[in-house]
Amino acid sequence: MELTKQEQAMLDGKEGYAVRKSMEILVALGEIFGAKNLIDVGSVQVSGVSYHNLGDAGLEFLDSLSKDGKVKVLTTLNPAGMDLENWQQLGITAEFAEKQNLVIDAFQRMGILVSCTCTPYLIGNLPLYGEHIAWSESSAVTFANSVLGARTNREGGPSALAAAFVGKTPCYGLHLDENRIPEVHVQVEAELSKLSDWGALGYAIGKKAENKIPYITGIKAAHLDELKSFCASTVTYGTKPLFYIKGITPGADLQIQPKETVTIETGDIKNAYDNINDNADEIDFVCVGCPHCSIKEIQEIADLIQGKKVKENTELWVATSRTVKHLADKRGYTAIIEAAGGKFACDTCMAVAPLKGRFKALATTSAKGCFYSRQNLMKTKMGSMKECIEAAVSGKWNN
Amino acid sequence: MEQLKGRIIYKGKVEGEALVTSMPISFYGGVDPNTGIVLEKGHELEGVNIKGKILVFPQGKGSTVGSYTLYRMKKNGTAPIGMINKETETIVAVGAIISEIPFVDKVDVTKIKTGNKIIIENENVNLF
Repeated sequence: MELTKQEQAMLDGKEGYAVRKSMEILVALGEIFGAKNLIDVGSVQVSGVSYHNLGDAGLEFLDSLSKDGKVKVLTTLNPAGMDLENWQQLGITAEFAEKQNLVIDAFQRMGILVSCTCTPYLIGNLPLYGEHIAWSESSAVTFANSVLGARTNREGGPSALAAAFVGKTPCYGLHLDENRIPEVHVQVEAELSKLSDWGALGYAIGKKAENKIPYITGIKAAHLDELKSFCASTVTYGTKPLFYIKGITPGADLQIQPKETVTIETGDIKNAYDNINDNADEIDFVCVGCPHCSIKEIQEIADLIQGKKVKENTELWVATSRTVKHLADKRGYTAIIEAAGGKFACDTCMAVAPLKGRFKALATTSAKGCFYSRQNLMKTKMGSMKECIEAAVSGKWNN
Repeated sequence: MEQLKGRIIYKGKVEGEALVTSMPISFYGGVDPNTGIVLEKGHELEGVNIKGKILVFPQGKGSTVGSYTLYRMKKNGTAPIGMINKETETIVAVGAIISEIPFVDKVDVTKIKTGNKIIIENENVNLF
């Protein structure tokens, strides 16, 4: 890989330990994947924040980088393993909280915005069409590439951090036009009637277009929350972190529809639900917000739960960013949801919080949430926002 | 002596005994960072200690947190002293860089047997 004089100086340690280590990582990845040079990035999203996943190893490394490392571009953070303010109410131990706070402190010292959300695009990290960025968090990577038309590979935590300290990333993969060409045409013939249908669609396409870039036709309309859910699902269940939807996502009209075609019929959507759902009647955990809830979703929850009560021995978590919760506070949605016995889980989510063994059966709107909750040994039920709130109130899954 | 050439992922010179597996390794969850013992059920190296060895394997797999696990092992003194891959990927590459473990890939790993004495010096792998 060719380096400029300034980049070589960074690699030689002229800007300290964090920048040198970062350059070593970026150069090695560039060599492995055949990049010719580094390119400037507009922003970074860093994953690997939950102490549950990092352990003491990750904490030590972040600590060592934070001694002289300062980010050079706008950098936001993925969810942590707990709500940074309300962790006690959500059943997190003091020991875990202490370690998680040390992780957050290290990121603070680096100059990273402690946004703790998987939806950075909803809280001010909004890349433009064609902009090069270095993001981790697969759902956000997919959203940025597909819905916004920005360009990023699926970074891991350390490579995203490295890009933040250098302000650059090696130019390979999805940064290049030739790697952004759709590889399979997905014709959707099924009707999509509720939010969770988009999660099911993501599952169905993930399985049929495994490790490919889909070019999707047959979808007449989509809104933000549906695309947010679809992004999380399709990459979790198998596609590359980029898709096109004809007539909906930017750049789709510049691509040629691939010859290889698969269809998604009503039966494929039903099959997705059958695979995601377990047998479970009693629900002790309802969690919405994977990816983190938008203000519109929180409004829906408030409308559905107003005047009702969450069943005893069932917990309802609304996972969102602190920024969006502030809007919900001002609008009165928070008061309605909390009066009904619901809890807000800001800064965190069901995929990264230490939940193993705490709950038996989950109801959620999210296909991705089901995938990760199975690793936490929960049975899973996926349905609409209405079905999930009904499950929170009755403690049962109806259908 | 036989000399193999590879691609430097992390430079350095190290001398030791080869421990070879034909199976990919997940450092996160698959290896105990406190002892260096491989934990993954059904792995060829299950129960074997990789501490202080030159670990020869095709590539990494699993969670990207595995990079941090290697770093932890280096701090604990339980890490391999050098590594050789057939063709590496992001997790192990980043792990070796942040832990400063000499590491080469694109080596014909079928020529290396467990117990061989090996010297890695930058891109050169000398077998004895």
